[in-house]
Amino acid sequence: MKRYRCLSEIRSDLASGVETLPGLVQYYLDRIESHAHLNAFLEVWGDEAMAAAHRIDEKRRAGKAGRLAGMVIGIKDNICYQGHKVSASSRILEGFESLYSATAVDRLVAEDAIIIGRCNCDEFAMGSSNENSAYGPVLNPFNTATVPGGSSGGSAAAVAADLCHAALGSDTGGSIRQPASITGIVGLKPTYGRVSRHGLIAYASSFDQIGPMTASVEDAALLLEVIAGPDEFDSTVSRSQPARYAAVTPPQKPARIAVLRDCYESPGLNPEVRARMDTIVEGLRQSGHTINFVDFPYLDYIVPTYYVLTTAEASSNLARFDGIHFGYRSQEAAGIEATYRKSRSEGFGSEVKRRIMLGTFVLSSGYYDAYYTRAQRVRSIIRRATRDIFGQHDYILTPTTTNSAFRLGENAKDPIAMYLEDIFTVQANLAGIPAISIPLGRKSSGMPFGIQLMGDHGEDERLLGFSLLLEAQFSVNS
Amino acid sequence: MDTVYDKYELVVGLEVHMQLLTESKAYSSDPNRFGELPNTLVSPITLGHPGTLPRVNRKSVDYAIRLGLACHMEIHPWVHFARKNYFYADLPKGYQITQDKTPICTGGFIMIRDEEGREKRIGITRAHLEEDAGKSMHDQDPFDTLVDLNRAGVPLIEVVSEPDIRSSREAYNYLTELRKLIRYLGICDGNMEEGSMRCDANVSVRLKGADKFGTRCEVKNMNSIRNVQRAIDYEMKRQVDLIEKGEVILQETRSFDAAAGTTFSLRSKELAHDYRYFPEPDLQPVRILKEDVERVRRNMPALPSELLEKYTTQLGLSEYDAHVLINEKEMAMWFEELIILTSNYKSACNWLTGPVRAVINERGLHISQLPLTPAHIADIIALVDAGKLSASAAAEKLLPAMMDEPGETAASLAEKLNLAQDAGEDTIRNAAAEVLAAWPEKVENYRKGNKGMLGLFMGELMKKTGGKANPRTASAIIQELLEKV
Repeated sequence: MKRYRCLSEIRSDLASGVETLPGLVQYYLDRIESHAHLNAFLEVWGDEAMAAAHRIDEKRRAGKAGRLAGMVIGIKDNICYQGHKVSASSRILEGFESLYSATAVDRLVAEDAIIIGRCNCDEFAMGSSNENSAYGPVLNPFNTATVPGGSSGGSAAAVAADLCHAALGSDTGGSIRQPASITGIVGLKPTYGRVSRHGLIAYASSFDQIGPMTASVEDAALLLEVIAGPDEFDSTVSRSQPARYAAVTPPQKPARIAVLRDCYESPGLNPEVRARMDTIVEGLRQSGHTINFVDFPYLDYIVPTYYVLTTAEASSNLARFDGIHFGYRSQEAAGIEATYRKSRSEGFGSEVKRRIMLGTFVLSSGYYDAYYTRAQRVRSIIRRATRDIFGQHDYILTPTTTNSAFRLGENAKDPIAMYLEDIFTVQANLAGIPAISIPLGRKSSGMPFGIQLMGDHGEDERLLGFSLLLEAQFSVNS
Repeated sequence: MDTVYDKYELVVGLEVHMQLLTESKAYSSDPNRFGELPNTLVSPITLGHPGTLPRVNRKSVDYAIRLGLACHMEIHPWVHFARKNYFYADLPKGYQITQDKTPICTGGFIMIRDEEGREKRIGITRAHLEEDAGKSMHDQDPFDTLVDLNRAGVPLIEVVSEPDIRSSREAYNYLTELRKLIRYLGICDGNMEEGSMRCDANVSVRLKGADKFGTRCEVKNMNSIRNVQRAIDYEMKRQVDLIEKGEVILQETRSFDAAAGTTFSLRSKELAHDYRYFPEPDLQPVRILKEDVERVRRNMPALPSELLEKYTTQLGLSEYDAHVLINEKEMAMWFEELIILTSNYKSACNWLTGPVRAVINERGLHISQLPLTPAHIADIIALVDAGKLSASAAAEKLLPAMMDEPGETAASLAEKLNLAQDAGEDTIRNAAAEVLAAWPEKVENYRKGNKGMLGLFMGELMKKTGGKANPRTASAIIQELLEKV
């Protein structure tokens, strides 16, 4: 079977009878099985997916199928789906089944997407390599000695290896874009508040966004259109109706693009990545776009600010996993104090514990102002400085990652090195702006890397438009 | 004689939590009801399941504005929420959504009576919105503590007073006033036994005239206003005794033991929680516009202070009578309906605070269970005012009869009971002549100027006519006969 780049190709093959939906689901199920070593899926809902395929094929023939009929999707294991297990790749949610569906999942299903299974990720979405999963690391399909990135590593690997057509991920500091970059796919983090977080297991509430991970910008736009929009269950969601993202086209007018000099000149940036940036920048100039190198002297503050604020929120968000109400409870727990201590000690992995402790510390009385209050202030400064750039520019262009995939275990011993994986992606989460990683780079080793495009707050539609243009002009996936 | 305790002054501030009478919970649409089977009013949001998010119940914001207006407080244009982090089995999320540095209402006061009955202003520091926790039940099962999360997420408003209270009596009066107020506002039923209103007392003592406060203890777990008073009395004695013995008072949280009438230490300051408050990232601040405040103001129920003013100035009632009417909201609301139907306000007041109250007390009813409507009483008042019925017959005979037959009209029931003052003038005249003939010495006394004898003659005449004589006619005839002879 041919590999489909976008849903429109699948739909035309379904319409012409070249392919059937059950056939397509069987293809993905077979591939999941033959690629089990990637550990991309924690659970596959094969029978259910097949039943849905038959049902939706019927609807399709009757001309009543939804807009996503033909789309087979994996969901990151921190997104709830009613009656299905969800664990955030943590022992502490061992055996837990969700009583309800995330708004994003409800909207996918309502448009006849087929949810084929849940994808491995870093525990509670904390990590940049997928090595923090309680259910084992995910391997990068391009080179199984390397990581697929994280935290949405399972989703990325699944799409990259064609185990499903698309996936949902979540992005708190780069968890969609960084794995998308190093597995050679498209990963979109929408504007904060564009997609409901209802049903997304919270890591850091003021940063988290659900977003699509796809083989094409076109599909990312379509999926965003389906999952975006107001939701009474999430009061941080924008009340404005989303644009018709699926109908977006590349802009005709030349754009003004900012390239952050500080990212470009970052000493950690791999020369091949920098060379590709040069090529793209030059190409855009030649196509008539304006490129400005702008200073953004906050790069050193981005990651510390991010870690103070996200761990503070995480320490509180993860308090509900206490061994009392649901999920894992230590067998040795006797009495309430021991139940908390033992269940949490045994249930959480070491990175999650590290972040809970860090977050508890920065919120403690006596340290609050020095850390939390100050980090909030820096966040405001970064947000303002970012918005200032958009005063003069339509987009900001950076590499998504400093390099292609690193080897398993390479950063495991050094949390700071791991945290710096997010150096280019965190800015969008601090500022709440939309950002996308597009697979525009390939190293001589054959390993992919992405280029990141950021847009102004709420400008997801324009971001997608220019992404189509970049994808058409510079794609390395052919 | 002065005792050692008289050297000291008591200083008390009260923190009162009140459950708001909203249809649904503070941050979800789960129903807010008391007394249902355990864990039946719980959706994934109340259960704190992964991925769930809160949303603000606008009604609870309106109720807070109501309270703020009634207590003369400043209502802030933005409502920010915060998380208070601590672990407990009945706290499903591991944090409580509350307000920290930016309460919805600040600065205000409640007027109370002090020890001597004079008006005193008790300052209110702040009022803020938060959510209740579930209930841990330690006595339902021999081995385990059981948790009921029906109460989890019920909206609360916490009202914090200034340390302006100087006696346990003032604390009692403050809580009584506050409870009256919230009942009038319709925002809380104020039931301390069921826990819909809960009070913590910050108690300290200092030598009279000292300008610095003493070390305070926070006393919890008092399930009635009376017990708050008892706990404060005990705390004052305990703290003075310690100081007199030269010992130090430790800042701590104490619990009241109602059976023993004492308090005992729960935890010291060193063991106090660090709640790690921080802004709730799942909730956008709620904007309160001037129009919102005005809308709430327009729909405010009448307040006790407004009714007091109306009754004493417009209706000409005594302050005492007005207070009796106002003390309980239902009584006042009943009276409000009654005075639409009669303009004899004094009589309306007397009926309500006299015979009506007596009959409901006698039958162990609450005014809300009274089978009669204000129209019944208005009809009775009209009959009495028209001279068709004596006031005593109305109170003693007609009222109890109407309680049993609320379907009957006052007039027909009075007729059925033969209560009408329909004795003819001749009957009255004959009876009066008989009375005067029977009491020659008293008649003599009257003529000598003891006009008080008239009452005696009237009483005797009423006995003779079986209460059916119109008092005005009877009095005129008796006087006429007395002048004649």
